[in-house]
Amino acid sequence: MTAAVSITQVVKKFGPVEALAGVSLDIAEGGFFGLLGPNGAGKTTLISALAGLVRADSGTLKVMGHDVVSDFRAARRLLGVVPQELVFDPFFNVRETLRIQSGYFGIRNNDDWIDEILANLDLTGKAETNMRRLSGGMKRRVLVAQALVHKPPVIVLDEPTAGVDVELRQGLWQFIRRLNGEGHTIVLTTHYLEEAEALCQRIALMKQGRIVALDTTERLLAEHPGASLEDVFIRTMRA
Amino acid sequence: MMTGFSTLFLKEVLRFWKVAFQTVAAPVLTALLYLLIFSHVLDAHVRVHGVAYSSFLIPGLVMMQVLQNAFANSSSSLIQAKITGSIVFVLLPPISYPAFFAAYVLAAMARGLMVGVGVLLATVWFIDLSVAAPWWIIVFAVLSGALFGALGMIAGIWSEKFDQLAGFQNFLIMPLTMLSGVFYSIYTLPPFWQALSRYNPVFYMIDGFRHGFFGVSDVPPLTSFGVVFACFAGVTLLTLELLRRGWKLRG
Repeated sequence: MTAAVSITQVVKKFGPVEALAGVSLDIAEGGFFGLLGPNGAGKTTLISALAGLVRADSGTLKVMGHDVVSDFRAARRLLGVVPQELVFDPFFNVRETLRIQSGYFGIRNNDDWIDEILANLDLTGKAETNMRRLSGGMKRRVLVAQALVHKPPVIVLDEPTAGVDVELRQGLWQFIRRLNGEGHTIVLTTHYLEEAEALCQRIALMKQGRIVALDTTERLLAEHPGASLEDVFIRTMRA
Repeated sequence: MMTGFSTLFLKEVLRFWKVAFQTVAAPVLTALLYLLIFSHVLDAHVRVHGVAYSSFLIPGLVMMQVLQNAFANSSSSLIQAKITGSIVFVLLPPISYPAFFAAYVLAAMARGLMVGVGVLLATVWFIDLSVAAPWWIIVFAVLSGALFGALGMIAGIWSEKFDQLAGFQNFLIMPLTMLSGVFYSIYTLPPFWQALSRYNPVFYMIDGFRHGFFGVSDVPPLTSFGVVFACFAGVTLLTLELLRRGWKLRG
């Protein structure tokens, strides 16, 4: 079976800093995968390289078997990315934003799906509101919606719950879990380790541009009896 | 894909159209103020190529606004998107770099031409303006708008802060347009400045554009077309290459 995400020996340097020092990783189709690590470990750089926002110095990255450089059209169509920064285009309202994003992916008349996403993210009442007038948590949910307009089989969420209150976080995870249940592969980075422990089937721990642990959540926890994922994380990072 | 391109083009047009008071109406008013002041001071004293000064001035002002607004559109859109981070929305989808280029340049042309037409419509009511060769008018307006739209892309991609873009605009674009013959025929200049003007591509844009109205110009329109087309081709190839490499857009 083709891996949903296949990363082989990826190196990326920013000047003297080696952000990715030969990362290799396969993520199975339909999986719920956690990419964890402290700030500066290289998680966002890895996601950016996968999304084509950053070009790797060497190595290959594939989405559903499509190379992100040589076959970028197919790779990008199969990938939905929720960026970490709270970014928005101030000229448009929520519905316009989602229609425009659909158009970028070659999809016209996407309103049925847009309405469904809005309902699931509790944004229906804000559909005609300008992006500038939304709270931080709502802007974050619009970012999630934007990543989903083209129904990508692989969804990458880079710290999607930062600044989102508990209730909305629960709603968001419910929706993401449903998408995962429908066959979407989910790749998640987060600093909330209890979320990762509850949601992710497999986890990679990154440190200084390298993967230092990669296993199922179950086995990672079993190696340290009685420990939480947070304990495992701290022990691995100190090692 | 066509839809990706047309959506990006439409988004870029909406971006300036939603603030048309600032992006279209204001530059039309600025051009009218120039016209009012200069024609009031000089109309009775100056004729250029046998044409009344205010009539001579209009094509220059129209072209100046086409160029400055085309440049402003693509450059400000890109730098805003870069600084706010919303550039990711156009970098994540499968839009090819030629489609990306075409969408930004065509939207820049749309704004430039809209302002240009606005200035023309506002002035033809009270100033006598002939049309000798309409095709030259269209060719020079379209080509020059495209060239400055592409230049705006380079400036927007290169700049990392608004200050750098303002430098590009004030120290390169403004002198090139103001010293290109918007307000005078270069034959009224001393020989040194006359010779120097011939190295300014904007001079050929305005001179060729003006030929379309009066049928007379400082250099033959075909020569001007050759120069402007060569500049457009050069800037287009450079912009496409920068986009292909992902220069300053895809680290």
